[in-house]
Amino acid sequence: MDTAEREKKFQEKIDSGLKVEAKEWMPENYRKQLTRMISQHAHSEIVGMLPEGNWITRAPSLRRKAVLLAKVQDEAGHGLYLYSAAETLGIDRKTMIDQLLSGRAKYSSIFNYPTLSWADIGAIGWLVDGAAIVNQTMLARGSYGPYSRAMVRICKEESFHNRQGYEIMYHLANGTPEQKAMAQDALNRWWWPSIQMLGPSDAQSKNSEETMRWKIKVESNDTVRQRFIDRTVPQAHAAGLTIPDPDLKFNEETGHWEIGEIEWTEFYRVIKGHGPCNRKRLKARQEAEREGRWVREAAAAYAAKQRARAVQAA
Amino acid sequence: MTEKEARFEYLIRLGDNALILGQRLGEWCGHAHQLESDIALTNIALDNVGQARNLLTEAGKVEGKGRSEDDLAFFRTENEFRNNLLTEQENGNFAQTITRQYLFDVFQFHLYSGLCSSTDDFLKGFAEKSVKEVTYHRKLSGDWMVRLGDGTEESHDKMQEALDILWPFTGELFEKTEADEILIASGAVPDLEEIKKIWIEETSAKIEEATLTIPDTMGYMARGSRDGHHTEYMGYILAEMQALPRSMPDATW
Amino acid sequence: MSDNTENDQGKLWEVFIQSKPGIPHKHAGSVHAHDAEMALAGARDVYTRRREGTSIWVVPSEMITATTEQDADSFFDPADDKAYRHPTFYTIPEGVKYL
Repeated sequence: MDTAEREKKFQEKIDSGLKVEAKEWMPENYRKQLTRMISQHAHSEIVGMLPEGNWITRAPSLRRKAVLLAKVQDEAGHGLYLYSAAETLGIDRKTMIDQLLSGRAKYSSIFNYPTLSWADIGAIGWLVDGAAIVNQTMLARGSYGPYSRAMVRICKEESFHNRQGYEIMYHLANGTPEQKAMAQDALNRWWWPSIQMLGPSDAQSKNSEETMRWKIKVESNDTVRQRFIDRTVPQAHAAGLTIPDPDLKFNEETGHWEIGEIEWTEFYRVIKGHGPCNRKRLKARQEAEREGRWVREAAAAYAAKQRARAVQAA
Repeated sequence: MTEKEARFEYLIRLGDNALILGQRLGEWCGHAHQLESDIALTNIALDNVGQARNLLTEAGKVEGKGRSEDDLAFFRTENEFRNNLLTEQENGNFAQTITRQYLFDVFQFHLYSGLCSSTDDFLKGFAEKSVKEVTYHRKLSGDWMVRLGDGTEESHDKMQEALDILWPFTGELFEKTEADEILIASGAVPDLEEIKKIWIEETSAKIEEATLTIPDTMGYMARGSRDGHHTEYMGYILAEMQALPRSMPDATW
Repeated sequence: MSDNTENDQGKLWEVFIQSKPGIPHKHAGSVHAHDAEMALAGARDVYTRRREGTSIWVVPSEMITATTEQDADSFFDPADDKAYRHPTFYTIPEGVKYL
């Protein structure tokens, strides 16, 4: 079979709704795009642990502390599932980590914003995880089996993340005036980055024709973004909070909430490395990697010794 | 000291140990050497925070002044905390964290095992549930002791240094107070002297397996937590942990 | 799976979890570890956080041999036309029981 024929068969498989599995033939670009996308997604989970981890030691009740620990731990788990999914495509975890630490790989721009108050923990769970869930539910329908299965598991686990975040925000919004101000301030700072994190608008997005045809993504950024907005605006209103967008209005005809202009310059600047916390986040990951090297080396050395001992005993 | 006061002190001691260790482990979240270990350390942190919640809630009930787990965790001063000095020691590197964890896990395991036959219904029920968690912690930290102690030269040196730092904080784990005497008499708690024997035997064997040496401290062992005297670390732990609720005492979370 | 040489992250292990006693172990995902005992611990900590398991197997990924896409036709299609392997293939006279 020549490549053109294989590609045709591959496309037929995708069109008929079948999943692609690790050892099956796939176009080089399909492999490349997925590897990039899954590893970026994995990096986002790992870097995403940092802004929330920032509040574990300061959570204001023991219940909240336990929930936050469990949640940040889930992010580590999700990173792990995703690295594993990417590994099925032939790249190993070490290589991916090196790509992240050397700044060659990207991760979600949202995690370059700081968590300044406890309400930010609520805002992340509610908005950032809310946006992530809408996106990931779409990705779970994608064509690559290992990625899609990881997404299913992640979505299942993340449903509590979204709820606990909203619970925090709702509680603050209905608390003392200071708490309410804290909640509104967090919403003001996290709203637009959450809107942006769903990716460039369809008009500007590269790659989208091919990724849609191969069902790497099954819906466009703008469609997913609109779904997130439609879900979230009423939630804000229910909590008595104001969305920081003077142009926000409900379109009776379409049944959708319409938002004002998105500030894309900021989005691209943060992606290029110039956000409030880019350097801090990367530095934290680099340190963990560097300071953990002797531990990994010791574990490998001990395993080698044990193998040698077993051989000697035999 | 009444039996009620003894129970309160004992519950606070157990609860504070779990809370402060959980707090320390929580600092690791997102910074471990490998994802698998990040997740493992957080599991131990979660078990400890969970135990602390049960214990402090019960302590509040025993005290009878209407204090909740959060009142006890966030609105007591350093002097009122009864956690062992070992639990508050800094995370340092992974060697220090694992050594602290192992030395404490073995203690907590045998203590909880003893509490499983307590005449006190709460302590018995609590211990039966929690000893399963601690059994796993002790296995994991023990496995790491051996891997790092008998790994590379660098890891061995780091582990020996960790043991040298932490060993002097193990003596007061077994220090008894009036509360112990009262509760031992009623069969509510095990005698820490008995636990000390098993602990020494078990940790010595593991330390040897890990090719490490128990340091000679010329008989010195730190003490103080039984009277609410802590190490320099404790003030910072509480400053961080308690800041938010204390800054808004009227708020709920 | 991918390149399984023991690099800095340890070997790759496949994790199989039995979710209830009596049912088969099912593939749950993978972990990295430098030895089997740590792989088991990692699998426990990563994949049974929500009471998903009663038993765990870990297997070095490199030990798994799998069919390939090219094998599929010759391995599986020949089973298509052997309906006589299934009980519904046979006619049983009415009224006859326990067959």
